[in-house]
Amino acid sequence: MSELETFRAETRAWLEQNCPPEMRKPVTGDADICWGGRRFQFQSPAQQQWMQRMAERGWTVPTWPKEYGGAGLSKAQEQVLRKTMRELGCRSPLDSFGIWMLGPALLRYGSQEQKLEHLPKIARGEIRWCQGYSEPNAGSDLASLQTRAELHGDHFVVNGQKIWTSYADKADWIFCLVRTDFGAKKHTGISFLLFDMQSPGVSTKPIMLISGRSPFCETFFDDVKVPARNLVGELNAGWTIAKYLLTHEREMISGIGDRSAVPPLGRFAAAKVGTDAAGCLADSMLRADVARFEIDELAFRSLLERTGELARKGQGDPAFSSALKYYGAELNKRRYELMMSAAGSDALEWEGERSSDGALARAWLRTKANSIEGGTSEVQLNIVAKRLLGLPGA
Amino acid sequence: MPLTINDEQQMLRDSAQAFLGERAPVLHLRKLRDSADPIGFDRQLWRAFGEMGFAGVLIPEQHGGVGLGIVEAGIIAEQLGHTLTPSPFLSSAVLSASALARAGSTAQQAQWLPKIASGEAVLALALDETSNHRPRTLATTATATRDGYQLDGEKCFVVDGHVADALLVCASTQSSDGMQRGTSLFLIDAHAPGVTRERTTMLDAHNASRITLRGVQVTGEALVGEPDTADALLSTVLDIGRLMLCMELIGIADEVFARTLAYLKERKQFDRTIGEFQALQHRMAALYCDIELARAITARALDAMGADPVAARATVSAAKVRCCASANLAVCEAVQMHGGMGMTDAFDIGLYMKRARVAQHWLGDANFHADRFAQLNAY
Repeated sequence: MSELETFRAETRAWLEQNCPPEMRKPVTGDADICWGGRRFQFQSPAQQQWMQRMAERGWTVPTWPKEYGGAGLSKAQEQVLRKTMRELGCRSPLDSFGIWMLGPALLRYGSQEQKLEHLPKIARGEIRWCQGYSEPNAGSDLASLQTRAELHGDHFVVNGQKIWTSYADKADWIFCLVRTDFGAKKHTGISFLLFDMQSPGVSTKPIMLISGRSPFCETFFDDVKVPARNLVGELNAGWTIAKYLLTHEREMISGIGDRSAVPPLGRFAAAKVGTDAAGCLADSMLRADVARFEIDELAFRSLLERTGELARKGQGDPAFSSALKYYGAELNKRRYELMMSAAGSDALEWEGERSSDGALARAWLRTKANSIEGGTSEVQLNIVAKRLLGLPGA
Repeated sequence: MPLTINDEQQMLRDSAQAFLGERAPVLHLRKLRDSADPIGFDRQLWRAFGEMGFAGVLIPEQHGGVGLGIVEAGIIAEQLGHTLTPSPFLSSAVLSASALARAGSTAQQAQWLPKIASGEAVLALALDETSNHRPRTLATTATATRDGYQLDGEKCFVVDGHVADALLVCASTQSSDGMQRGTSLFLIDAHAPGVTRERTTMLDAHNASRITLRGVQVTGEALVGEPDTADALLSTVLDIGRLMLCMELIGIADEVFARTLAYLKERKQFDRTIGEFQALQHRMAALYCDIELARAITARALDAMGADPVAARATVSAAKVRCCASANLAVCEAVQMHGGMGMTDAFDIGLYMKRARVAQHWLGDANFHADRFAQLNAY
């Protein structure tokens, strides 16, 4: 048996032994997601146990080095682990911006001291992070951000405002882009700071969205003192880190289009509108749209895999994540449009147990942000045009 | 599972590209078209194709081929898309060769496979009977006789049928009392009594034919595979052909995309290159993503086909839908972005548009395959 086959067998045995039965049921909503953090309320003892067991093994962040709380797995081993988890129906033990975004950036740009301080806490689900990027006047044009940080001896003083900060009201720490040089060109005067959301002068205010939910906040900084050692990378060189991290964010959001966990749309539609004597979806116009969607979804999943393969061969281009983000976001919006069509008036219910308080309607509305957050579809197309196609002046 | 090609496959691509680029660029197609060539392809070139091992790519070595897989065959088809080279690659070297290699009798294989591989003989598949692809409903009948079958029916869109030496005919088999028994596949001499052929020139300057079968008598030895149960064989053979069309469509899409991108960087209007306009940039970027999706799903379908042809069916149909859509978008955008130039016969883009239309239709268009995909997924 090859080494990888041995790993596969051991992984399966361990997961079967250690994943609680409750954690092998499909995720049904936001409440089933484990975000971790100081104030996180575990939904069940099983959820907590599952996170802790996986963290002990380093499998909440399987490819990170062991000294930072990971398991030091190779890409191939990680694939085996994820595939086995999918096969057994294991839920993700821990989801967080620390894992998806800050972690990869710190691994690349952080000092050894910063890595040792922050990464293990991310891996163990002890600290929940939020991202301080967008501002009221810096959305698609992120580099025009105005939140300022002035260095006073051993600390920075931060003043300004962020917006669309996901879960800022629930997060423990923030990774934040701040302007540290007001004379420089806009891309060159930005720095990357980390600080505790409990620092005096930090306040948050949830923003009610069209879905009736508030996953985003406005975040205000009023003379917030941040130790100078919390600067990641060089002073005024934060834009490079910001872009690197955005690449990871795009990959994460593009993963939305890859819903191997949710039931196939065709099955969902058949259950809602029924089938005719020949077994075809009763609504033939919807059937055609569903088939085209599922074909594009299969193509997108193949493209994600192919992109991974190219990356492992050293033939990938980081800008390709913009192509994936663009298509993944549009695809997910299409999925929910079709789910709304298939579900008809059932999907119009906003409250009550039958609709789980309008879960589908709210989820549909939520997807409209997919092509706005993490860089709009238009910005992604600009990046593809400029970086991958070499078109001028984009 | 590999969705990217390996070093040997890259070498094959390079050699096919060099060969076609030198011997059969788009100008080659123009010459054949403008001289109204009765064959529609160059026999000498086709033999050279055989010498390169391209015509025998799917034929086992013991029958004179090189015995490679469908990924390799796809690489050749992709290059044919770049140059629009007319050749009986799909009809003879892929569809006919696959059917015979998989189900032909020893005598059929010995007689035809080496000649297909060398380019000496051309075989064609006579399947379609109406203007749309409906492989499951055949009106052509094969009625059992004392020592074989009698074939009657009309076939259309038999690509390369006008010059084929032998025809693979799909027919619905019946007992002498008219009872339907199933689908059978026959290999018949194209010059047999009762076979009449009418050459049809298509918009892409390739040739096909309408074929009438009237009381054509064959013995049981003409059967390819078992009688009455050819549906499964046919599905697999057609799926192999569909994947070749996918790769050809990707070749077409890549070629017109590259030409259009180059044009956007060079054409000036309003004192700047038109590639600076965001209205065009976004369309090119979206088209780029579209073509990458087609490439990825086709790679997956080729891989699945190599592993298990029956399990691969839905993925093959998905690939054909995606490749039809991407290539069609590519040629339409290419004509539009080239402006008036794109509408001229002197410019090559229109030739790509015409060939893409034929490749989209052949062996089932996007609607046929979206329907098949839905059926295979039980909705």
